[in-house]
Amino acid sequence: MIVNLYPLKEFKLPVIAECINPEVFKGKSIEEIGRLEVWEGNKQRRLNELFKLEAEEAESSPEAPVITIHGDVSRVRRIGAGMKNGEIVVKGDAGMHLGEEMRDGKITVYGNVLGWAGSMMRGGTIEVHGNAGDYLGAPYRGSTEGMKGGKIIVHGNVGREAGAHMKKGIIKIYGCAGQFVGFRMKGGTIYVQKDCEARVGACMVDGTIIVGGCVESVLPSFTIEGLRKRVKIEEGEVVEAPFYLFTGDLTENGRGRLFVAKGPNPHLSHYEKFL
Amino acid sequence: MELLIRNGFVFDPINGVNGEKMDIAVKDGKIVDKVNESRAKTIDATGMVVMPGGVDIHSHIAGGKVNAGRLLRPEDHFKDVERKTAVTRSGVGYSIPSTFTTGYRYARMGWTTVMDPAMPPLEAKHTHEELSDTPIIDKASYPLLGDWWFVLEYLRDGKIEECARHVAWMIKATKGYAIKVVNPGGLEAWGYGRNVESLDDPVPCFGITPREIIRGLCKVNKLLHLPHTIHLHTNNLGKPGNYLTALETMRCVEDLAENGKPVIHITHCQFCAFKGDDWRTFQSGAEEIANYVNAHSHVTLDMGQVIFTDTTTMTADGPFQYTLYTLTGNKWTNHDVETETSAGIVPFHYKRKSYVHATQWSIGLELALLIKDPWKIMMTTDHPNGGPFTAYPRIIAWLMSRKAREATLRKINPKARSRSLLPSISRELDFYEIAIVTRAGQAKALGLKNKGHLGVGADADIAIYNFNPETMDPAKNYRAVRRAFKRAAYTIKGGQVVVKDGEVLKHMDGATMWLDVQLCEPCEIELNENLKRRFKEYWTVEFENYPVSEDYLAVSHPIPVKADV
Repeated sequence: MIVNLYPLKEFKLPVIAECINPEVFKGKSIEEIGRLEVWEGNKQRRLNELFKLEAEEAESSPEAPVITIHGDVSRVRRIGAGMKNGEIVVKGDAGMHLGEEMRDGKITVYGNVLGWAGSMMRGGTIEVHGNAGDYLGAPYRGSTEGMKGGKIIVHGNVGREAGAHMKKGIIKIYGCAGQFVGFRMKGGTIYVQKDCEARVGACMVDGTIIVGGCVESVLPSFTIEGLRKRVKIEEGEVVEAPFYLFTGDLTENGRGRLFVAKGPNPHLSHYEKFL
Repeated sequence: MELLIRNGFVFDPINGVNGEKMDIAVKDGKIVDKVNESRAKTIDATGMVVMPGGVDIHSHIAGGKVNAGRLLRPEDHFKDVERKTAVTRSGVGYSIPSTFTTGYRYARMGWTTVMDPAMPPLEAKHTHEELSDTPIIDKASYPLLGDWWFVLEYLRDGKIEECARHVAWMIKATKGYAIKVVNPGGLEAWGYGRNVESLDDPVPCFGITPREIIRGLCKVNKLLHLPHTIHLHTNNLGKPGNYLTALETMRCVEDLAENGKPVIHITHCQFCAFKGDDWRTFQSGAEEIANYVNAHSHVTLDMGQVIFTDTTTMTADGPFQYTLYTLTGNKWTNHDVETETSAGIVPFHYKRKSYVHATQWSIGLELALLIKDPWKIMMTTDHPNGGPFTAYPRIIAWLMSRKAREATLRKINPKARSRSLLPSISRELDFYEIAIVTRAGQAKALGLKNKGHLGVGADADIAIYNFNPETMDPAKNYRAVRRAFKRAAYTIKGGQVVVKDGEVLKHMDGATMWLDVQLCEPCEIELNENLKRRFKEYWTVEFENYPVSEDYLAVSHPIPVKADV
């Protein structure tokens, strides 16, 4: 089954809708789905008060329904939170906490997403064709339980603290990234194809960060290990270019690996004298 | 307003009522002999357990460090949100709930009196502001006096009577309820980056030992006739091998006991019943402590039970919190409260699969089950140090059912399981004993005359739980016990029904109890002159701004105490 959701209005207040989840929709008729509860500001509403719902039968019948949202839902939070299977497609912008703690399945956004997309993710895939906000894949403020698995692909730019406290999994960013990429990272891989603001890998203990573009500066608590001709991002994806390899963060006795492309970073050439 | 609770199985240990089917009459917030049946509102408690409202002797619910804990742990709150209803306010949990939520959650479980056990005198105003904002329950707070410079000086000079006058003034000034002593001497030593290792280790700059502080304050407590004994968090808390310190502490005040009355309360005893030389050889020392307590009557304990969950540890024991930080590497705060005390906070996750954590879980229950007299041991989690108070129904189930204990034992660390004493203990508490460890014993230890029982004249604080002890065996149906205690069928506070079926029906303010200690002769002038001079020298707060005035409390409930000095 494919369920299509069309927002009935432009949302002015934040909407909390963790029920937009294939797991919840599964086995329900369109009327039952419409009666699911959501919050708009401090008022409880039914899903069909905010969205027009349409169901169509899929050609191939997947196990869990595919949910497609047509329109701007940038005020709708927690879409696909905790989802375990199925697929969500958002043809527009999506709000905060998209796919929070998701375990499996796929979310595709043909627009931008706001903060905490894929927060505390355990598995599955999130693909964003626009930009992503701050705290991509990072836990809620104060928590140390970061991303533990899964994959996030962003084709645009991302905000600050992408992949903070990450333990496992992969984040691929084909645009630029803000400050503190991989803050307090404990494992996993983050790839930033373009430029990166400062403080990459601050307090990281383990894991890998690869930056293909220009980095403002590398933290003084990172030490240079050598030059590499190519870097493998994941199975079947290798970047062929010379990279500096740094390890750190030494303030945390870290063994994290930070690859920074040599070409776009002539200001880091002074590190070569230590090799 | 009149109220009649009909036909419940009443458990009222202070009056010796053990599960008898009887009616309880309430008029104007007090329990009375009888009421006009035609006028009174009737609650049918047929097939239900009726107990006095729960009393918690030790639960960190308000004050500077509780609030610092809330700020330190935003991640603790966002998954545990309570929306507002027509009568209640919104709030968040989990291990350090906001003030309103704290009051509602206690009331939902049938608890009506809660003691906040650690109030730095300097932060008394903050503590009372939060207590005033904690609805429904009655509460009080214990000022931390064990490392207070004046106390140390008086005790060093052997001036017990002067010390007693000073403590009396302090209790009145902070609107406190009992003398709280945390790691005596250790907190002062922590100001110099040190700690005290034993009862006879001198405190830097004061030349006094923890033994002298404990004994001195015990004597002060007796001179002032305070209703509760001194409330002591022992030295070396949280270190392997500390059960010896706990035993030594209990022994050091043995000779001060009179007429078999308790003179000391060792709080969250689980944390000071560790045997072994280090964490690898760590074992339970519960048996030794229980043997001692079984043979002596001058000591009461509370459990400080550990729950397997993510919680926040917070205590005035700064050096211990620092040790905990070095053990866990978690975020932490540590604080020195001028001349008074210290404080620290570290988030902590008790895990089933950890040998040490699982053994700690076992120690708490071993203590409760091995100590034969339930009046000597009280049920607490040292909220939030061992776990949030919302876990009380689970502890009650463990205490009442061997089956419940075995179900958890199967899931814990295998080494801890094989060393635990729990499989060899067949004791299962009944509702009468549960009423003692959760309310009657605590009220008695606190000297609360109108709480913890259902005799005529007592405050009408009543909890009714939907569990029929006649048709169901709590040892077999432990899940039903847990459900019943989680959501009280009715909670009645001051004669008004505040909770029905686990839902709060009514918002009301609870009172803040404090001791109005009346000395034989007034000595305010001399005390004030001396104090004022010292305040100018050492404090950041002016003397005039220091005491908490009575109008500062939302509902003040002074309890007069006549002292011997």
